[in-house]
Amino acid sequence: MDLSYSAEYEAFRGELKAFLAGSWPLRGDEAKLAGDKRAALFRERAIAAGFLARSIPKRYGGSEQPADVLKAQIIREEFARARAPGEMAGIGPSMLVPTLLEKGSEWQKEKFIAPTVRGDIVWCQGYSEPGSGSDLASLQTRAELVGDEWVINGQKIWTSGAHRADYMFCLCRTEPAAQKHGGISYLLLSMKQPGIEVRPLRQMTGAADFNEVFFTDARTPKDWIVGKRGEGWIVSRTTLKHERNMIGDAANALMTFNALVHLAKSALRNGKPAIQDPAIRQRLVQLEGTVRAHQYSGYRQLTKAAKGQDPGRVQLMNKLVSTNIGQEVAKLALDLLGDEGLLEPGERQMGMGPRDAAQWVGQFMWSLGSAVAGGTANIQRNVIGERGLGLPRDAAVQRS
Amino acid sequence: MNFDLSDEQELLQDTVRQFAANECPPPRVRAIFDGEDGHDTALWKGLVELGLGAVAVPDEFGGAGLELLDQALVAEVLGAAALPGPFLGHSLAGLAILWGGSDAQKKTWLPKLASGERVGTVAFAEGDARWQPEEWTLAGGPTLSGVKSALPFGAHADLLVVGTAGGGLALVERGARGLAVQAQPGVDRTRRIAEARFDATPAEPLPNGVGASARVRDAGLVLLAADAFGGAQKLLEMSVEYAKTRQQFGVTIGSFQGLKHQLANMAVEVEPARGLYWYAAHAFDRVPAESARSAALAKAHLTQVFMQAARDSVEAHGGIGFTWECDVQIYFKRAMFDRAFLGTPSVHRERAAALAGW
Repeated sequence: MDLSYSAEYEAFRGELKAFLAGSWPLRGDEAKLAGDKRAALFRERAIAAGFLARSIPKRYGGSEQPADVLKAQIIREEFARARAPGEMAGIGPSMLVPTLLEKGSEWQKEKFIAPTVRGDIVWCQGYSEPGSGSDLASLQTRAELVGDEWVINGQKIWTSGAHRADYMFCLCRTEPAAQKHGGISYLLLSMKQPGIEVRPLRQMTGAADFNEVFFTDARTPKDWIVGKRGEGWIVSRTTLKHERNMIGDAANALMTFNALVHLAKSALRNGKPAIQDPAIRQRLVQLEGTVRAHQYSGYRQLTKAAKGQDPGRVQLMNKLVSTNIGQEVAKLALDLLGDEGLLEPGERQMGMGPRDAAQWVGQFMWSLGSAVAGGTANIQRNVIGERGLGLPRDAAVQRS
Repeated sequence: MNFDLSDEQELLQDTVRQFAANECPPPRVRAIFDGEDGHDTALWKGLVELGLGAVAVPDEFGGAGLELLDQALVAEVLGAAALPGPFLGHSLAGLAILWGGSDAQKKTWLPKLASGERVGTVAFAEGDARWQPEEWTLAGGPTLSGVKSALPFGAHADLLVVGTAGGGLALVERGARGLAVQAQPGVDRTRRIAEARFDATPAEPLPNGVGASARVRDAGLVLLAADAFGGAQKLLEMSVEYAKTRQQFGVTIGSFQGLKHQLANMAVEVEPARGLYWYAAHAFDRVPAESARSAALAKAHLTQVFMQAARDSVEAHGGIGFTWECDVQIYFKRAMFDRAFLGTPSVHRERAAALAGW
């Protein structure tokens, strides 16, 4: 057991730090560019230097580096320290690109991957429907092949960023005669067309990050299908295999916890810092136990992955652990806020840095988002129970 | 970056697991649990012959020459097997002499403890939840007078390491003048406890006891945390196994979402928490600045997780889970021991808060 990195990795860290020192922040005239332009310019250089888009071949705009989870971790650490823009965030780089790399046709990879990785085009994900949430495979949005085009009719919901997206990757029913999972195809389509209407959904926080999307004879070319007809369900299960971030969730949980400690030190109770209150101390340390456990569990998963071993079923638990921590942080924060908990929520604050009272109120609401989005906490419990613990499926549930 | 066990450490755990499976399968655990005496000398002899009597004591004193992490890995496996015996108190007595004793004391006692020729234990608790070295009031000196409780296998011990006022440590031998040891009706019958009364009893102070006692306590916290993780993991396995076999309404009960979610929640509390005791042991061996706080955090968290897992397991087993025949009750009581021994979770949470400067 040794939490330090070997000389080889420390040498890599040295090269990386030298690169960052010379490249970020931008200098001279470049420093005057708009924020997203600066980030794009920096990312281009970081890709050329081999520090970003590492799992993506050079011909698709990546830096094509051998998979190395430890180097990936060092890159995240040093980029965070330098506050440099990391991998493009969003559903396109995180979900579509790995799917295309594994299942896409050659022309699809050439056309879509490079601009997605650069951030030139933005994607949204068309999965959930009003009648198909946890039971996603029951989806009803239809796509029919008419001549050289798919004609799409139906509705998607909870579509994050649909109002900003250039394209959607979408699950549609193309084989109505086939059984549930086998009737679905994975289509790509342009959001900029008359057959698509995007209506924002206002969330409890007041912001509108997700939408309803209505399709009325929307169209997409015949070959904008990933995988074959009826293979969409399998295609959609493709996950990021290379350099998956084993400890990203835990690092975020630790940062949020540290922000909470900061709040407990600054909030007052009876004229004294709340952190001197015995009940608050108990709750903080209790929560820290879970946060540290999550962190060390991440270290172990990272070690296993670096050795080419399966980290085991504990991987299936990461999301639920993060969700649980987020909820506990939010509840304790609201107690610490006291009458400031009467304020309306502020803008969402991610990552490091102290939050103001309104942002903590926002966090109190957003922490529930994580229990719902991307598979509800109860669905996570099913996955842990069935795939992790090997418990039998519920006989009464119709799965196909 | 390597947060995993070495091949040797895996082998150590496999060896102990094999020993427990062969020499102390559940029927034997139950027999010892139900027995009058509670100390199975043949089982204990087998354990010390494997070198488990003094895992972290250097080989020059007859120990295995390993570190606290290794000793904690053993504790996890013994916890999973609910193996009855004096491992905890005996291990702590050895570490107390190693860190606090004179050369002569080390040479006299450590080889005897390592070989199992003598059984050691620790006498720390003074009632009113006073476990911590800074809370001890029993006056040190050439003789001791006062009362200590909850000595693990105190009635079987040949040597007592007694905590004294100011955080000192002193040795008292079995049969010493004025020493009266009386078994207490402890809930955990795999780890019997006793009360010791001292009446002008001759004692031999450990010269570096004041420096060693907090470290012995921290080692104890790590071993309890490891034991708790092993026990909690075993309870999860037992509950999952029961849910896969028991049938009701014509189906296996594990298919019901209510139970499935309870078991998933138990898994999420238990399995990712293994690293808490690993890290605490690692910090104890290699990162002195984080040692005390990591030990407090691990003990508070894992013993609470174990206790809750035991309560959940009773529920998951239904009526049978509430019976004396069901092994869940043995783990339930080990969880009660791990939780209370050396101080409850809330005590160590407050210590962890103070150690963070909060």
